[in-house]
Parts: sequence; C-alpha cells; structure tokens
Amino acid sequence: MTRFSAWNVFWNGLKGQKGWSRQWRDPEPKPHYDIVIVGGGLHGLATAYYLAANHGLKNIAVLEKGWLGGGNAGRNTTIVRSNYARPGNREFYEHSLRLWENLSHELNYNVMFSQRSHVALLHSPGAIDAASRNYNTMRMTGTPDAEIWDLETLKRTIPHLNYAPNARFPIMGAAVQKRAGTARHDAVAWGYARGADQRGVDILQQCEVRGIEREGDSVTALETSRGTIRAGKVAFAVAGSTSRLWNMAGLGKLPIESHKLQAFVSEPLKPLLDQVVVFGVGGGHFYISQSDKGGMVFGGDIDWYKSYAQRGNLPIVQDVSEAAMSILPCLGRVKLLRHWSGLVDMSMDGTHFICKTPLSNLYLNAGWNYGGFKASPASGWYYADLIANDRPHERIRNFDLKRFERGLQIDERGAGPDPKLHG
Amino acid sequence: MIRIPCPFCGMRDHSEFTYGGDGSIEYPPLDASKEEWHDAVFLRDNICGVQFETWQHTHGCRMWLVVERDTMTHEILSVRPAHPGLASALANEQEADQ
Repeated sequence: MTRFSAWNVFWNGLKGQKGWSRQWRDPEPKPHYDIVIVGGGLHGLATAYYLAANHGLKNIAVLEKGWLGGGNAGRNTTIVRSNYARPGNREFYEHSLRLWENLSHELNYNVMFSQRSHVALLHSPGAIDAASRNYNTMRMTGTPDAEIWDLETLKRTIPHLNYAPNARFPIMGAAVQKRAGTARHDAVAWGYARGADQRGVDILQQCEVRGIEREGDSVTALETSRGTIRAGKVAFAVAGSTSRLWNMAGLGKLPIESHKLQAFVSEPLKPLLDQVVVFGVGGGHFYISQSDKGGMVFGGDIDWYKSYAQRGNLPIVQDVSEAAMSILPCLGRVKLLRHWSGLVDMSMDGTHFICKTPLSNLYLNAGWNYGGFKASPASGWYYADLIANDRPHERIRNFDLKRFERGLQIDERGAGPDPKLHG
Repeated sequence: MIRIPCPFCGMRDHSEFTYGGDGSIEYPPLDASKEEWHDAVFLRDNICGVQFETWQHTHGCRMWLVVERDTMTHEILSVRPAHPGLASALANEQEADQ
C-alpha cells in the first residue's frame, strides 16, 4: 500500500501516475471471523478501523450488501458539528469533532475536513434565549467555540442572506460554532476502508446478510449471499435496515422507525457561501453549504411518513426550495442538479443506540436520525471499545435500548416519543 | 406523489395528509403495568412491506384514516375511516346511494 505524501504525489506526477496501487483488497470471505461487522458504511468501517487500530484486534470482516459509500455515506449533506446541549450527547459529539480534526492525519487520507463555521440563524428573542442557553451549556462543558452573533456581525460575515425587515421571519442573529464545518463524505468511507484493510480487516462487498443462525442466546453464523460466515462476535451497523436484521435475529421490536431523508445539490457555482447556514423556524427546516466543486449542497426535513424506499417525494423538494428562497433569494435561478434520499433510523427520542443486545455476542449501533455523518468517528471509536471489551464505556452507558424503561429520553428537540418529529 | 383515496373526499395527493404512525398499536388500559405502556409507547415493528397506519386528511375533511400501505413500494391497498362508527355510517350511506 502506497503511503500518501507530498513527495509521492510529486513523484507519481513525473511517472505518469503509474505508481499507485489498489486502496483496499477484494478478498474472498473466510469461513470464520472473530468479529463480523454488518454494514460497510461510515460507522461500520470506522468501527473496523478502531477495532484494529485502538484494540489491536485482527480477523475482522465488514460485510456490505452493495458497495462502499453507496448507502447513507454517500447520501448526506456532510455537515460536522457538535452543538448539542444534553448530557451524554454533548460529550459524545465533541469527542467526534476532535477526532474529525485529526482524521486526515490519522488515516493518511485527505477527508477534506473544512472547519468553515456552522451558522444557525435566529429569528426571535425567544430563539436567541434558547440558543444562548444551549451554547452557554456547550461552553461550560468543553466546547469552547460556541458563539451568539448579533445581526451586525452576521451581516458583515454573510452579507447576501435575506435581511429584509418585512421577511416572514426576519433574521435577528445567529448561533455559531466555528470549529464545525463539512467533510468529503466519500473520502471518509474510503479512508476508513483503506486504514482498516491495511490492518488486516477483510472488507467484503456485494455480501448481503440473508439469515442469522442462533444457538440459545448467541449468534453462531450469518448466511450471506457469499456463503455462510461463522462469527465470534457480530456487530450491526446498518442504519435504516436495523429492524430487518433485528427480525432476522428473532429479536422482535425496536424503538426505531425507518424514514427517508432527502439531500440536494445544485449546479456548480463560483464561491458563494463560506459557511454552513441553517434555517429552522415556523415548521421550516433548511441547511446549506457549498461543496468544493461549487455545488450548493442542501437539505430539509424528512419525508413525513415511514418508508423503506430510497427515493424522495416531490412536496419536500418544493418545501426545501421555498426555504432556500426565503433565506438566500439569490439562488432563485440556480438549477437543481440532482436529489437523492437515504434511509434513516428515526429513534423514539432522536438519539442513537450503541449498546449490547439481548444476545450475548451481538452488538447494536443504530438510530442515528439526522446525526449519522458527523458522529461516525466517535461512533466507530466507542462501538469498537464496546465490542472489544464487552462493556459500554462510561460515555455511552445511556445509549442503550433500555433507557426508555428507566424513564430516560435523550430528547434534544423535546419532541416526545414520535420518530417522525425528530428531524 | 402518493395518492390516497380518501373515503370522504375521493382521490387526493398525499401532500394534503398528515402522517399519524403505526396503526397496529393499541394502548393498554390506564392501570396497565409500566412494561405494557413502555412497549406500546416506545416499541415498533417497523415493517418493511404492507402495514396499517394512520393518516389525517389535514387539508381536506380532517378525518383520521387507517391506510394499508406498502412501505417499500408506497402502494396503497386500502383506506377506511379510523373511527369504527364513521366506517359503518359511511357504508350505510353508500348502500343507500346504490
């Protein structure tokens, strides 16, 4: 495996780019692995990487039914932030952000992490008060870059938002996290895959799990489209398909519903927006940034009903376009290049699960709602820790399936136990 | 666009409707155990395939409906009023019309 360096890039430039090798192997499945991770998305790949890198474990496989980066890894708006205020969430996402800050070096792979600021617009004195409370909480608990901007600062920084005083929701200020930003989603998947592969992990693509063999309270083997694979430990990381695998394992119900979330990209434009800008008021929800290729990348709410179809509906296209026009009217003539939809596990309180399960050697990573992309480094980090040590780390002890029985909901939005409301 | 045949208003775009949720859930009696209430409030089958679910025709007749829908293909298989009394009243009315 070629290690990337400035010298290598220079040298291969002179040699006609002929010195590069495959980024990861395409091995045949072995009959047995100590750990099998189901799901070759960002969370599964990050977990495999940290199992090998942090815990020195070998003989690990990652099963992916499609191709790497073909699911939600390639279907998101690539926003990374840690502006959470609930205990548990804030420490977890801040750890994730710190991992992001060093990820390109850690993986020797440029994930193009750009800390360009996350600017959440505020439209009422009440919203400013609520944001001030949350952002002060962040400052008190280890996230030093939380700021509240007044209108003058905001206008100076982003002059082309719709500041019309007669707008339906006039902008009054913004809650800003400066270390937040965006990253190149495919590169994150490829970087983790390459890093895991270098450390001996087998990444098995086109390998769909079709059945789960149990013996008493443990999983013995997975039946896949590439044959039966026996496993010492099995770890799920399959986003919107969690309930289907859960059923295959004969485990019944989960506090999760599968919904679909759309994302959009416009034709490429010259540099227009240096920050991630978020608008959320009066039932509207919209977030936008500009990719390095120039496309405006944006999204809004989930399609408002449960679905397993990886295609979005048109009313949300209209809804998101209206939100775009209300804060960035200059986008009015811009053409939409494409839009796509990913399956998300919407959980009952809007918070995820990284936990043990009723089966002794089965582990669960699920329920990421909107938060999956930014969470992937910490998710892999703590999930690997859980699988390697067979006990939850102190930081993730409330990310279990039993928290509702204890009367604990980690409900960042305060929306109550309804999956569709946690968008 | 999904189109839902509302029994009261006829075929309408699904943008006129609000989604309720899994229609198979039955809440236990108020004095039921904590575990029963936990299961009803927090746990879901999350079916990939045909399921019964509730929708409200918010921008129409405002009636709650039970819709039988495939969550993978979005095909609508049947729609009936959620309130059993309304369902039978509607059936009587349609009978009288014929």
